[in-house]
Amino acid sequence: MNTAGTRPARIDARGWGWRHAGRAAWAVAGLELRIDAGERVLLLGASGSGKSTLLHGLAGVLGGDEEGEAAGELLVDGAPAAAARGRAGLVLQDPDSQVILARVGDDVAFGCENLGVPREQIWPRVHDALDAVGLDVALDRPTKALSGGQKQRLALAGAVAMRPGLLLLDEPTANLDPRGVGEVVGAVGRVLDATGATLVVVEHRVDAWLPLVNRVIVLGAGEAGTTVVADGSPQAVLGGTGATLAAAGVWVPGFGPRHPSPPTTAEAETLLDATGLAISRVHRPRKASDAAFAPNVVAREIALDVRAGSALAVTGPNGAGKSTLGLTIAGLLAPVAGRVRAAPILAGELGPDPMRWRSRELLTRIGTVFQDPEHQLLSATVRGELEVGPRALGLGQAEMDARIEPLLERLRLDRLARANPYTLSGGEKRRLTVAAALATAPRMLVLDEPTFGQDARTWAELVALLAELRDEGTGIVVVTHDDDVVRALHAKRYALEVQR
Amino acid sequence: MSESAEPFAAERTAGARHGWLAGVNPVAKLAASAVIALPLVFTLDIVSAAVAVVLECVLFLFAGLSWRTFWIRTAPVWIAAPLTGVTIALYGRSSGTVVFEWFIMRVSEGSLELALATFLRVLAIALPSVVLFVTVDPTDLADGLAQVWRLPARFVMGALAGLRMVGLFIDDWRALELARRARGVADAGRLRRFFGMAFALLVLSIRRGSKLATAMEARGFGADTPRTFARESRFGASGWILVAIAAAVSIIAVAAAVATGAFNFILGPQD
Repeated sequence: MNTAGTRPARIDARGWGWRHAGRAAWAVAGLELRIDAGERVLLLGASGSGKSTLLHGLAGVLGGDEEGEAAGELLVDGAPAAAARGRAGLVLQDPDSQVILARVGDDVAFGCENLGVPREQIWPRVHDALDAVGLDVALDRPTKALSGGQKQRLALAGAVAMRPGLLLLDEPTANLDPRGVGEVVGAVGRVLDATGATLVVVEHRVDAWLPLVNRVIVLGAGEAGTTVVADGSPQAVLGGTGATLAAAGVWVPGFGPRHPSPPTTAEAETLLDATGLAISRVHRPRKASDAAFAPNVVAREIALDVRAGSALAVTGPNGAGKSTLGLTIAGLLAPVAGRVRAAPILAGELGPDPMRWRSRELLTRIGTVFQDPEHQLLSATVRGELEVGPRALGLGQAEMDARIEPLLERLRLDRLARANPYTLSGGEKRRLTVAAALATAPRMLVLDEPTFGQDARTWAELVALLAELRDEGTGIVVVTHDDDVVRALHAKRYALEVQR
Repeated sequence: MSESAEPFAAERTAGARHGWLAGVNPVAKLAASAVIALPLVFTLDIVSAAVAVVLECVLFLFAGLSWRTFWIRTAPVWIAAPLTGVTIALYGRSSGTVVFEWFIMRVSEGSLELALATFLRVLAIALPSVVLFVTVDPTDLADGLAQVWRLPARFVMGALAGLRMVGLFIDDWRALELARRARGVADAGRLRRFFGMAFALLVLSIRRGSKLATAMEARGFGADTPRTFARESRFGASGWILVAIAAAVSIIAVAAAVATGAFNFILGPQD
């Protein structure tokens, strides 16, 4: 790769702070920090310690006076970070919201265009950047056809093409399957080796990034503002404060969250089974005979059963149809072919096809927790969110309270009962949607990527809760690419492959 | 692949995006559609619209579009145009002999003439627009608007990036629908649920939009540096030829109307 024009950047924070507009508390306050040119830093800290804010500040994207209030100085190469556009390249967590243009080449070229790079230099830079991240696709390949890992490498290539002296990564692998994580970490390593750029990466799952970094900084929020709790080589910091970090939710190797005990009861009877299933997110079959070969079918010939007191894990790479399968056995999507049949123990007085049950009738039978919590939020308060199900069942206030209070406490939501669900953190939202599903005590629970992007603490709580439900006789289905969850729940595995 | 400044030209084969028309600058196509539509919007007679439709149909043969693509893409026009005509026939301003009358429906010779003129007009304006835009790629159009017409790049590129999110909104809407069934509130109150979902979608889209804006800003978008363009957008001879052809269609159509005495300028004196 042509490294001309890349000069590693130095970072200085001098009493720097930032308060988002409309918030009383400072996200970062009084931070003192120096990172030398070419250092590779892993930035850790409990949620709310201001890691993301610092990264956004360094990238110069916190915005102006309407967006918030700044204090002190945040310098990149001695100049204010906000004025140093192009010195820093930022890659964010969500692969979908970072794709800017419809074609791969155009997307990578976008940053160069904005920096005013002459046209004849842009395309060589685009090629170099795609080479560096190992994204070997045609320049006119549609960006929407890329996998999650490819999209993150595309975002990285877009940043690299700007030849930044500082690479900032904000949880770049939190939403990826294990293969995608490997792709992105490998790509970042190659870029750093080629350019020598300074790196600051924020990530809960530190093990994948440890081989790449040579310094770990732990931020903490205290009375005196944002402080550096620990700072040094990875071995020194993780060895010294590993237990504390793990308690704060960081995935520290050797301090992983405790797995719950194996099932206490033997597997009981089948709640629901599926045979000869062909699934699709959109297609509705007209003729049963050709339905199985319809173009939108993502997986076919699926046979599985969900048993009471047992966990079933639907695994497989992105795009294999895991979520679609989850929604189909949850009675939300009609199968294209084959059938989903609920046993009388689950269906009660109703027929065996969950798609024919009414919405309200699903509540006590099959609960579903969606991958994106925001899709299923319905109320203005956390407590209201938990009341939705019980109210639809027609329960009285007393019984509703008796169900909701323990759930709020159990999932650490009691102090947030009056908060607006949209204002919660990712982990809190996840706990809320699980609690909302449990409020109607369904016999079977389907969860889509419940541990996606969660810190170690939330992860441990969720897994413990699911194990407990399993032991109480609930049939659990988890759609996941997190092998730890499969192991921790002693789940049976149903692996989907990418078809076509 | 060679590192040419325009690496796509040879590779672009998707869908209808090949043939002479595909190489014409999108801005020229926009201009050509406007040139054809303008006189037709301001007149209301059968002759000008009929002549335009006939000329256009001849030109379509040279557009390099397969028949299948042509009929699929223009199908909505073929449905909408007769419906517009029927509506005008039934409820349009009546004059001359009344042919048929029932409640507020009144079909007269005058309204039938008006209906035919409107029907042809919809075809004459919509068919060329559809045919021209089948071959337009949104990215190319944005490049053209920013470079040929010098519209603010900030606005054009912002709109282009936003357009890409529409697909995500469709996925969001489906998920919102399923989630409401899962939460036990999908049995009744269809209208209320629709508004609830619309609001949720609005919240989601604002969040996605602000994330996208951050990603764009992180790539230097909106900085004071003058922006360059990776893909050159040239109006070129082909653009002028297309606009000239469109102008010829308009001129011939209006001339024919004037020559036959059918010309009816809607802003002119009414007879």
